[in-house]
Amino acid sequence: MVEIFGIPSYALFGQLLIGLINGSFYALLSLGLAVIFGMLNIINFTHGAQYMMGAFAAYLMLQYLGVDYWIALVVVPILIGATGILIERLFLQHIRKLDHLYGLILTFGLALIIEGLFRNQFGSSGKPYQIPALLQGGRNLGFMFLPNYRAWVIAFSLVVCFATWFAIERTRLGSYLRAATENPALVRAFGINVPRMVTLTYGFGVGLAALAGVMAAPIYNVSPQMGSDLIIVVFAVVVIGGMGSILGAIVTGFALGVIEGLTKVFFPEASSTVIFVIMAIVLLIRPAGLFGRTV
Amino acid sequence: MAETSALLAVTDLQAWYGESHILHGASFEVRAGEVVTLLGRNGVGKTTTLKSIMGMVEQRAGSVRFDGRELIRLSSDAIARAGIAICPEERGIFSSLDVRENLLLPPQLLPGGLDLDHIFELFPNLRERQASQGTKLSGGEQQMLAIARILRTGARLLLLDEPTEGLAPVIIQQIGRTIGALKAQGFTILLVEQNFNFAATIADRYYVMEHGRIVDHFPTAALAANMGKLHEYLGV
Repeated sequence: MVEIFGIPSYALFGQLLIGLINGSFYALLSLGLAVIFGMLNIINFTHGAQYMMGAFAAYLMLQYLGVDYWIALVVVPILIGATGILIERLFLQHIRKLDHLYGLILTFGLALIIEGLFRNQFGSSGKPYQIPALLQGGRNLGFMFLPNYRAWVIAFSLVVCFATWFAIERTRLGSYLRAATENPALVRAFGINVPRMVTLTYGFGVGLAALAGVMAAPIYNVSPQMGSDLIIVVFAVVVIGGMGSILGAIVTGFALGVIEGLTKVFFPEASSTVIFVIMAIVLLIRPAGLFGRTV
Repeated sequence: MAETSALLAVTDLQAWYGESHILHGASFEVRAGEVVTLLGRNGVGKTTTLKSIMGMVEQRAGSVRFDGRELIRLSSDAIARAGIAICPEERGIFSSLDVRENLLLPPQLLPGGLDLDHIFELFPNLRERQASQGTKLSGGEQQMLAIARILRTGARLLLLDEPTEGLAPVIIQQIGRTIGALKAQGFTILLVEQNFNFAATIADRYYVMEHGRIVDHFPTAALAANMGKLHEYLGV
């Protein structure tokens, strides 16, 4: 048996893989939070519930409509994104000028309501979701066994993260977004409909959460509290990366997933707290986060 | 003069920031092709006047007619689409955008805007600095960028808020020449200036503001005759 630092290689790489998988979800979710925070100045506590809604939507569509994973991957983010647009129009636009705290409390309340409704309807036990036929099985890489679906999740999240980064940092539309983040009043005075952009941005951020939810359905159980379990860690990731930083959200998401995975190998007792320890250290040294701009 | 000949007619304009009432019924007009300057001490409401015309002050009343169309109830993006553009006092260069992105940010809303080549002829410095971060430019270059980017949009009326503030004399001269060139190309310009000597080189007419109202106005030809009064208004 191959050993590295006295650890069997399959255990090491196995945890590394789990770390990358978790990191994929941290990155996708904190990316959505970063996009929303940048544009709306709202810390979207509903994000975890929206991720859970994505997973449930995929589960329900498969169960009752026979809609498979691949279609769900496209349809669910649009569907849940549309509920986000509704939330922005109904609630968030009215509190835009108020303190951050109002947005935080409102979105937190919404999360509790949504999770409560789902628990009421579906109970708290998890629902299984089949890995799509195309991605069942896996391959033996020699040093470890790599399930196909997990490889797909990592690769696809990287693609989605890169595409989002590219759209925001390198395109015309993205330059509107960045500018409106800095000075919405002036961007509006240039003739750009900023309120509509804000609404669509929230819808997009929510859509990202739902996409993560669909991808998570075959890995974790689909359950009403799957979002709240994850979101606390994701907020720590956002704080470490720096509020509102797109690249920060992506890099920190993946990096912290890996660090958490490796901690499970080398010092299992700390694995559930390591991210929060890192958060505390980062807050002490760089309060704006690793990638945050100090304005 | 008949009101119909004015491109911009502002009548009894009132504006508030929260509880404070800033504009108390300002009335003036700008004819097509003119350069008109608002003069006045700090805090008399010159910037607020420009922002109210642009729809950037939430609480406003009175009338702002542009090209015969009432704008007072429109949002600032709709006002931009009507053909007005602003260059704010703080310049509003975006730090997360490079110079080219800053330049291309305001969309073309109406036909007749300048193309990029033309803009780079007016502002040669900007051509070489396209890839720089917007806020890494010098103050003068940032001011040029702030003016340059609103020339593409097709706006006919430019609102320039203290374009010379804090700049070196040689840069001020350059900005003066640019405003002259823009006027020659048919742009109408409403300028807010504290630098009276600068304004005198480019303006056709002046309005003097005090306490949120227009208290006086005269053409450049009558400048010499009004110098004494002006010194009193401006406290210089």
